[in-house]
Amino acid sequence: MNIKQFVTRPKFLIPFIVFVAVAVFFAAGLRLDSTLVPSPLIGKQAPSFNLPVLGEENLTLSTRQLTGGFWVLNVWASWCVACRDEHASLIHLAERGVPIAGLNYKDTSENAQRWLRDWGNPYFVTVVDQQGDAAIDWGVYGVPETFVIDAQGIIQYKHIGPISPETVENEILPLWNASKLQSG
Amino acid sequence: MTSLALIALLSFASPQLNAASEVLEFSDSQQEQRYLDLIDELRCMVCQNQNLADSNAGLAQDLRERTYQMVRSGKSEDEVIEYMVARYGDFVMYRPPLKSSTYLLWFGPLIFLLLSGATFILYSRRSRKKAAVKLSPADQEKARRLLDN
Repeated sequence: MNIKQFVTRPKFLIPFIVFVAVAVFFAAGLRLDSTLVPSPLIGKQAPSFNLPVLGEENLTLSTRQLTGGFWVLNVWASWCVACRDEHASLIHLAERGVPIAGLNYKDTSENAQRWLRDWGNPYFVTVVDQQGDAAIDWGVYGVPETFVIDAQGIIQYKHIGPISPETVENEILPLWNASKLQSG
Repeated sequence: MTSLALIALLSFASPQLNAASEVLEFSDSQQEQRYLDLIDELRCMVCQNQNLADSNAGLAQDLRERTYQMVRSGKSEDEVIEYMVARYGDFVMYRPPLKSSTYLLWFGPLIFLLLSGATFILYSRRSRKKAAVKLSPADQEKARRLLDN
């Protein structure tokens, strides 16, 4: 078998082409993260909650009170190791003026407050979801998770897992800038 | 020998033991069956390769509890599934629904089987035809000489 035969009888190339095609699919598949499941909530109205405020547990805050402007909801907990990874990104986001509400998931008030004292508080408010009921309504399955909600109360974006500086720059800040343009 | 048999028996029994470790009350056996069917069908989103019945992840426990409450309050199986899909997406079901985005998933293996079957049949037919080609006496003589060398 020489090269000429490959050219004149391309049939011999078929297994090679099939192999390359399968290899490309597998390579692409390996790069996908199977833990990231698209949320059905994107493009929908943000689910409502009415939860006590961290540190002032006799006060409650509802989604309705938060609706009306652009905001970000970050689901976190003091026991969540990955939450520390994203903390700097959240602080950065808050410094850029983005209002971030925290949803403290299945945590104790003491631990949550100590965590915010130790690492800095990027949230303008943190609500407490002790039982995880609100988190179920938001389809949360892996803390931390971050939602971007527009002025109409529609979920524009969801990020599962710790947010990176790239996520802040490439996903969240563009949405924030666009919302500022819209509201003039 | 008896211990081996016991191990084999227990390894089959474990899902049942697991489910039985939660003591739940139902108003009738139909409701109980609906609950058991649901936690068997719904996926634990944290562990992904387990259903709610098999998983002890915190979220799986919460969703079992939520399923239980919904079943107890008389919700149908479809209503519970709808509730879960609205929050977690189609992936929460072990059997994804048939719709345009899942056609390839459902019919892909069948298409692959048909394609490979057709290719196999075409190939074997063609090679049978080739084998039937008669050689002229001169060619046969040539072939024999080549083989003898």
